[in-house]
Amino acid sequence: MGAAPADTLYLPVGSPVHRLPPQCKIAAVCCFVVLVVATPREAFPAFAAYALLLACVAAAGRVRPGHVLKRMLIEVPFVAFAVLLPFVAEGPRTDMLGLSVEGLWGAWNILAKGTLGVAASVLLASTTQLRSLLRGLERLRLPPLLVQIASFMLRYADVLAGELHRMRLARLSRGFDARGPRHWGVLAKTAGALFIRCYERGERVHLAMLSRGWTGTMPRSEEEAATRAEWATAACLPLLALLVCLGGWTL
Amino acid sequence: MTDPPPDREISLEVSGLAYAYPDGHQALFGVDLTVERGSRVALLGPNGAGKTTLVHHLNGLLAPGAGTVSVAGLPVTGEHLKEVRRRVGLVFQDPDDQLFMPTVREDVAFGPSCAGLRGEELASRVAKALRQVGMEAHADRAPHHLSFGQRRRVAVATVLASHPEILVLDEPSSNLDPAARSELAAILRTLRVPDADGRARRPTVLMVTHDLPYALELCPRSVVLSGGVIVADGGTQDLLGDAELMRAHRLELPFGFDPRSVTAPAG
Repeated sequence: MGAAPADTLYLPVGSPVHRLPPQCKIAAVCCFVVLVVATPREAFPAFAAYALLLACVAAAGRVRPGHVLKRMLIEVPFVAFAVLLPFVAEGPRTDMLGLSVEGLWGAWNILAKGTLGVAASVLLASTTQLRSLLRGLERLRLPPLLVQIASFMLRYADVLAGELHRMRLARLSRGFDARGPRHWGVLAKTAGALFIRCYERGERVHLAMLSRGWTGTMPRSEEEAATRAEWATAACLPLLALLVCLGGWTL
Repeated sequence: MTDPPPDREISLEVSGLAYAYPDGHQALFGVDLTVERGSRVALLGPNGAGKTTLVHHLNGLLAPGAGTVSVAGLPVTGEHLKEVRRRVGLVFQDPDDQLFMPTVREDVAFGPSCAGLRGEELASRVAKALRQVGMEAHADRAPHHLSFGQRRRVAVATVLASHPEILVLDEPSSNLDPAARSELAAILRTLRVPDADGRARRPTVLMVTHDLPYALELCPRSVVLSGGVIVADGGTQDLLGDAELMRAHRLELPFGFDPRSVTAPAG
């Protein structure tokens, strides 16, 4: 059994940020991201201010910079496209290297906004357990079906990873070594077998749910609603970001 | 233990049950089985005998092709399904199928909250069920962080929380190490569940297994299901001692185990 995905992001330290109800934190991060995206790309100081705001949240949440930076690497495959832009975009070119000006702006835009968004999400995940995130989404009235799907995914991610691991060991034990396209067929069959195993497990879980009286709706968790003070605390981030955004437009 | 004298109430009555899967494969060919309330019965049979198919009829997961099933006098049909599923606590073979909620506490609460319990009453049900299987210290952990034996015990707690009249356990000893195996046996032997009047009573236990020593240890009576029919029904010690019967139905005792030389613990 490996560590659950939940455990690699969450930092179990007590802090005011950890204690905020999840729904407040989710709403704050969403508003923050929307404001960042709405900021004109030429407003460099605004982006520095956003980064500073996130640094303050990290400090309040007792999240070390290294923890956030390491986990932000997830962004790399997604920004690969942004790096291509200066080379392939049309329009006037710079004197040095002959890069497209429009492309450079586009790349900066994606990179800056993407990085801020990812940093905010990593902070949210570092200070909120996955289970509470789901409860937060439930409280924010996300369709229950979506929350249920996410919650089953969370529960069974480990079980599936375990099955995949066992299938890999079984392949290795019989002398299989994936080298090159000739072996892709075997890997594809593994994927197919895993899909069927998942499907059958899904059926068995469904039977287990029916056996215990499930009729189509999950019991709702009984959580206290967030207080006004908690909402106000969480609102600090988007409110300050709003000021920065407005500043960015008036500069 | 001072139990009320055994009464003649019937927990489970299966008569003439036959079932064929939609693909045409017939698994059951007329099963008759009566289980008295408070008794512990082992359902023995080789792989592919139809044991799981039979179990899935007991709480209406499958609807009989022919014959009837009734639980505590209630026929297992559409209008009674909800009550039947509360009364029949089905513990699946793989605890990962049974434990689908993110934490142990939520999982144990699932059954009772589907039945409409909330707040204090729900919390005390959950706490009590977890205490009965010795898992109260793990209520807030995720099921996949528990050992296999602990998961099996939580799986038992998930059905105990609904105050079932019958516990149906599918291969309860599979994958357990010897210590976890005897812990579970001790739990099953001493279990008491409140009935409708709130009296603590011994639940009826139907244990599906091919772990023959375990059947002997826990169940005074056994039935053998083979080829989709009940081929033998009697005292566990007598059945296991009948070498010819055992061989004919692919049931094999562990090497060196003589069922006549041991006395099953009372309780």
